[in-house]
Amino acid sequence: MENKKNFNNNKKSSQSYLLKNCFMIDNIKNKILKNDIYIKDKIIEDIDKNLTNKVDPKTITIECEGMYVAAGLVDMRVNITEPGLEHKETIESASKAAASGGVTSIICMPNTTPPIDQPALIHSIQRKAREVALSKIFCTGCITRNFEGKEICELHLMKESGAVGFTDGYKTISNTRVMRRALNYAKSFDGLIIQHAEDPFLKGNGVVNEGEISTRMGLLGIPSYAEAMIVQRDLWMVKDTKCRYHVSHISTKETVEIIRKAKKDGLPVTCDTSPPYFILNELSLENYRTFSKLSPPLRTEEDRKSIVEGICDGTIDAISSDHTPQDQDAKRLPFNQAEFGGVGLETLLPLTLSLVNNKKIDLLKAISLITINPSKILKLDVGRIEKKKEADLCIFSTSKPWKVNPEKFHGKSKNSPFDGMLVEGKNFMTFVRGRLVYEL
Amino acid sequence: MISNESLKKFPHDHLLGIEGLTPPDLNYLLDLSDHFAMHLDKENSEKLNYLKNKICINLFFENSTRTRTSFELAGKKLGADMLNISVASSAIKKGETLIDTAMTLNAMQPDVLVVRHQDAGAVKLLSEKVNCGVINAGDGPHEHPTQALLDALTIKKRKGKISGLKVAVCGDIMHSRVARSNIHLLNTLGAEIRVIGPATLIPKKIESLGVKVFYEMKSGLKDVDIIIMLRLQLERMSGSFVPSIKEYFRFYGLDREKLKFADANALILHPGPMNRGVEIDSELADDLDRSAIFEQVQMGVAVRMACLKTIVENKAKNGK
Repeated sequence: MENKKNFNNNKKSSQSYLLKNCFMIDNIKNKILKNDIYIKDKIIEDIDKNLTNKVDPKTITIECEGMYVAAGLVDMRVNITEPGLEHKETIESASKAAASGGVTSIICMPNTTPPIDQPALIHSIQRKAREVALSKIFCTGCITRNFEGKEICELHLMKESGAVGFTDGYKTISNTRVMRRALNYAKSFDGLIIQHAEDPFLKGNGVVNEGEISTRMGLLGIPSYAEAMIVQRDLWMVKDTKCRYHVSHISTKETVEIIRKAKKDGLPVTCDTSPPYFILNELSLENYRTFSKLSPPLRTEEDRKSIVEGICDGTIDAISSDHTPQDQDAKRLPFNQAEFGGVGLETLLPLTLSLVNNKKIDLLKAISLITINPSKILKLDVGRIEKKKEADLCIFSTSKPWKVNPEKFHGKSKNSPFDGMLVEGKNFMTFVRGRLVYEL
Repeated sequence: MISNESLKKFPHDHLLGIEGLTPPDLNYLLDLSDHFAMHLDKENSEKLNYLKNKICINLFFENSTRTRTSFELAGKKLGADMLNISVASSAIKKGETLIDTAMTLNAMQPDVLVVRHQDAGAVKLLSEKVNCGVINAGDGPHEHPTQALLDALTIKKRKGKISGLKVAVCGDIMHSRVARSNIHLLNTLGAEIRVIGPATLIPKKIESLGVKVFYEMKSGLKDVDIIIMLRLQLERMSGSFVPSIKEYFRFYGLDREKLKFADANALILHPGPMNRGVEIDSELADDLDRSAIFEQVQMGVAVRMACLKTIVENKAKNGK
């Protein structure tokens, strides 16, 4: 089996490694330096020019000439669907997809069945993750019980159990009173409220962005301001409560503008976007391609350009894969009936690097968007290369060209909106806690 | 009588929509339809046998009387074996997916499938999974190509041309596949098109399809030659898209008063089934001088004969 060769989940392994002559992306000092990295006993033991003579004799040396080494990627929006819908993705399969894509920390959304709305479920996922996961798994918890948008969950207890933020997944908290209470309450223990911003009433049964394309195709549209409206509304309450607030996968020009202004005004707001929103537009829906049916929906070219601008000027803090696995039967349907979402763990790195290859941002910034930035938002101790810290690393090339072929993905579901696209940049090896968990 | 050889050929395996068809494509279908329409006029029209031993399956996921019957009659007039599958009594109700249904029917080796489905794009999806030709008999609010063709044929017969005519499409544009197909077709053949309705029933950016938008009948109907009235579905009449039937009829229902705004010889079309007293005044609908509503039904059979023949023969040719 190909998988057996590529992946290694021997948790007892104490093998040490020396990464020779790599270009190390240091996003603390904001520099790319040519270094050796010595990995021993789970941690980065040393970083320096030439460490060959300083390492243990049993150390495996990996020649990294011409390759880049970055902190393992931190993906702040992943839907795992275990427990509940294990035929779409499991903790194990998602972690394999992650490891092959260079992602070492997965932040999973609480929209499982049952939803993660109490501490016990976080414990149960963490236990399972310790057993089977190649990558680190962090949980977010629901804001409201069973996503109903009515009563807030045990947010503080969930935080104690390890929840790194709170969100109702693909549901927007539409009741302003509940939202205000959640922000106010989370403020008391410095919790992070994460919003999928889409007015549910304006969304209705809509399936695509409202405009020429929806009219031509006879599909029900969702007006793009359904997103900005919710963000604008929430910001009033953020201003009042001073709670940390994060908007997931933003997709419209107006949202970028509103958040840009809010940041200028000093509000504690952050946001991320996902590759579909800075690479694709609604034209990808041609022929009723259900793999392009995403939530939020693909927008106009003007929106896409604004998202790129938002990334360039720092309005957008992070890029998440928004990994949403759907099995074949959920996508091989008439467009209206097909499920929303696309997988993304295995394409996060090259698609983010496309911004570098298109000269929009530099490599340091691109890597920060998928490592240290999300880590800072979530207050995690990952996403950085530092001496004496756990060695979560990925070794990759920025230029290796390849064609996205979901059949070769390691995750269970193959629904990539980038199916067939030519990309540049590939992950070759992934280390998690000093263990080599994946090698191409 | 038009001989087949004199016509340019229709280059498509399926008829999924009007968008993307060229004027020669449309004229091919319209001329052939016209030929069959004349044939229908004959006193003792005998059965033709263009489609003898061909199997045509009507697969309707949505209820339909006129379109399904019209296809059935058209097929029979051409000598085809017609099968009707109504979803109410089929496996789809038992949870079979559209693609599985398509594969099953495909295994029966029909020559053409006539499909109506409630979801936009569903007929195209189905056409990708079968080996026979597929005719779209309506997919959600997307397209209804044979309706647009029969409207065009009706207009052509009454007015002698399409190019240069002013056409108003009135009512529920948002949910109407008839409106979209008509807009594409009449635009391609050079008519000037307006849509009229309350803003809640006009989809966003409809102007990009090449129409002018009017929110009231008086200015919208000014000097128009053709008025296409659309059906307003019952569930959209009370409080969701319009407040009440009374209010809708008052401002958008076609009666003799509003008809005065149009050209004196303006012709009224309606794809049916009509809601008398909602979108059209009952007496006006029955006025044969002004309304072509029943003529449309006759043209429907001719158009469907032309489409069935064309698609079956194209597939037979390409199949070899």
